[in-house]
Amino acid sequence: MTASAAAEGAPRPVVAGTSEWRIVLGRLRRKRLAMISLVIISVIYGAGILAPLLAPYPPTQTNLDRPVEGPSRDHLLGTDRLGRDELSRAMYASRTTLIVTTAVVLSGGLFIGNTLGLLAGYRGGWVDTLIMRVGDVFSSLPSLVMLILINATLGPRVIGWTRWVEGHTPFDGLVASGFPSYMLVFSALSLFFWVGTARVIRAQVLQLRERDYIMAAESLGASPRRVILQHLMPNVSFLIILSLSATLGGIAGSEIVLTWFGVGVQPPAASFGAMLFEGSGTRTFQASPHLLLVPGVIVTLLLFAFALLGDALNDAIRGR
Amino acid sequence: MGAYVVRRLLWLPVVLFLVSFGTFALARFGPGDPVSVTAGQVRDPKVLDQIRKDRGLDSNVVVQYVRWLEKAVQGDFGESYLQKGFSVSELIFPRMWISAQLGLIALVIIFAVGIPTGLLAARFAGSWIDPAIIGTLLFLQAIPVLVIIPPLIWLFGVQLDWLPVGGWDGVFDIWWVAGVIAIPIPDPHLYIPLVAFTLPGFVSVARLVRVSALEVNLEDFVRTARAKGLSEAAVQFRHVLPNSLLPLITVVGFALAGVIEGALFVETLLGINGIGRFTFEAVVSRDYDVILATTVIFAAAFVLMNLLAEIAYGFVDPRVRIGSSRG
Repeated sequence: MTASAAAEGAPRPVVAGTSEWRIVLGRLRRKRLAMISLVIISVIYGAGILAPLLAPYPPTQTNLDRPVEGPSRDHLLGTDRLGRDELSRAMYASRTTLIVTTAVVLSGGLFIGNTLGLLAGYRGGWVDTLIMRVGDVFSSLPSLVMLILINATLGPRVIGWTRWVEGHTPFDGLVASGFPSYMLVFSALSLFFWVGTARVIRAQVLQLRERDYIMAAESLGASPRRVILQHLMPNVSFLIILSLSATLGGIAGSEIVLTWFGVGVQPPAASFGAMLFEGSGTRTFQASPHLLLVPGVIVTLLLFAFALLGDALNDAIRGR
Repeated sequence: MGAYVVRRLLWLPVVLFLVSFGTFALARFGPGDPVSVTAGQVRDPKVLDQIRKDRGLDSNVVVQYVRWLEKAVQGDFGESYLQKGFSVSELIFPRMWISAQLGLIALVIIFAVGIPTGLLAARFAGSWIDPAIIGTLLFLQAIPVLVIIPPLIWLFGVQLDWLPVGGWDGVFDIWWVAGVIAIPIPDPHLYIPLVAFTLPGFVSVARLVRVSALEVNLEDFVRTARAKGLSEAAVQFRHVLPNSLLPLITVVGFALAGVIEGALFVETLLGINGIGRFTFEAVVSRDYDVILATTVIFAAAFVLMNLLAEIAYGFVDPRVRIGSSRG
C-alpha cells in the first residue's frame, strides 16, 4: 500500500522551491510584447463578456432614421446600414468570438485532441494507427472548403432539429437565440482543430512512456487510466497549453470567415464576419470606411495578439 | 525508397474516396435538394419526378455515389444543376487554369521574398532588427484578406486610379516599344490579388528559414568558411542558404493551402473568374455537383502536394524515411 502511494507521488523536478509553472510565468512576465498582447486580448474578450453591461445600445436595436452614420457623440463608432450602433455590435461580436474560441479550444483541443493524443501515444498499436490515420485524413483536407460545405449543408438541418426539440421539450427560444448556428460552427471547427494538439501530445507521450516512473507505476499495477491521468497528463500540460494557444488565432479567424460566407453564426447575432461583409464593397468603403475599419482593426489586433502571445509562450516554455 | 513512395501514394485514393463520399453524402443531405435547384420555379410534381429520374436521384445514396464515382474517375463530373447544358468539367477547368496561374505566381513570390527576409532576420539575430522583421511579418499575417482588399481596391483602383478594380486579363501584357519591339510585362490586374495572396504567407517561410539558418550558422563548416576568409555574403549564400532550405519543402503544402483557401475570398472580392469564386457561387446557390467536383479537386491537389513534399523531403533527408516506418 505504501509502495503504491510513493509511486503515485511521482517526483517532479523542483527548482529552488518554485514550481515549473511559476518559472514559466515569470519568464512570460518579462516579455513586453506578451504582456501587451495579453492586455489586447483581455480588453477585447472583456468587452465581450461585459457586453450586456457596457454596450450603449442593444445590439439588434435598429434606427432607420440614422443609417450608415460616421462616428458621432451618440454613436462613438457610427452606425451600420440598419442604424445599429457599431460599438455595441462590435462588443457582441467579441462575445461571439469569445464563445466560439472557448468552446472549440475546450472541446476540439482539450477534450478530443488531448484525449486522443494521450491514448494514441500510450496505447500504441492499432489504436495509435487508427487515431493518427484519421488525423491524417482531416489534416490533408482543405479545412476551410470543408467547413463551408458542412455548415452550408447542415445549417438548415440543425435548425430543423432544434425546432423539433423546441416543439417536444420545455426548452423554448433556442432557434431565436441563435443556438443552432453556434453549435454547428463550434462542432464543425472542433472536427478540424484537434489534430495538431493530438500529434504534439502523442509525440511527447511516446517519449515519456519509456521513463522509469511510468514503468514503476505500471509494475505496481496502476491501471492505464491511472497512468494516463496521474502520470502522463501533468507532464504534457505545458504542451497542451502551447498547442492550444497556437490554434486560437485559427479558430477565431475561421469563425469570422465562415460568417462572412453566410454559413457561420446567423443574423441577427453579431459577428465580425457579418460586419466585415457589410463593409467590404468598394463603394461602401469609399462612402463609409468605418463599416470595414471598425471590425477590421479589432480582428487584426486580436489575431496579432494571439500570434505574439503564442510565440512568447513558446519561448517561455522552452526556457528563453 | 521505392516502397516508401508507393506506400505514400496508396494513401491518396483512400483519402479521395473518403472525401468524395463524405461530400457526396453531405450534398444529398443538404437543404434545397438538387431536384428543386434544377427545377427552379417549376413545382409540378410530374416535372420534379422526371428530373429525379433523369438525374438518377431516385436511388439510394450509395448507388448514386457509385454511379457518380464511375464517371468521375473518367473525368466526367456530371452536369451543372444551375447552368443547364454545361458539364461541370467544362465550367471548372478554364477557371482552374486561371486560379492555378495566380496561385503559382503567388507561391513563387512568397518564397522569393520570404527566404531572403528570413536570412536577413537570422543575420541580425540578437539585435532589434530580427524581432522587428518577424513582428512585421506576423502583423501582415494577422490582417485578414477580407479586411485588406477593399482598402487596396479603393486606394489603387479608385483614388489613385493606377490599377483596374478587379477582373482578370491573362498574366502578360505586351508593351510595344516604338511599335516594333514587344516586351512582355505583368498585367495590371495581377497586382492587387497578388498582394492579398502573398502578405499572409511570408511569415511562415521567413521564420523557418530564420530558425534553420541560425542552426546552420553554428555548424563547423560555416566556421571553416569564415576562417578561410570568405566574405560574409559568400558564406551566407554559398554555405548557409543551401543548408537552410531543406525544411522549406514542408511549408510548400501549407503555403499552397493558404493560397487555395485565399482564392475563395480574393477571387470573390476582386471579381476574378477563377475556381475560388466559382466555388463561392456554387455554395451560395447550392449547385451540388459543382461543389462536389471542386471539393474533390481541391482535396486532391492538397493531398497530392503534401505527399510530394513528404516524398521530396524523404529523398533529400534520409532520416525521415526511418521515421516513416511507423506508418
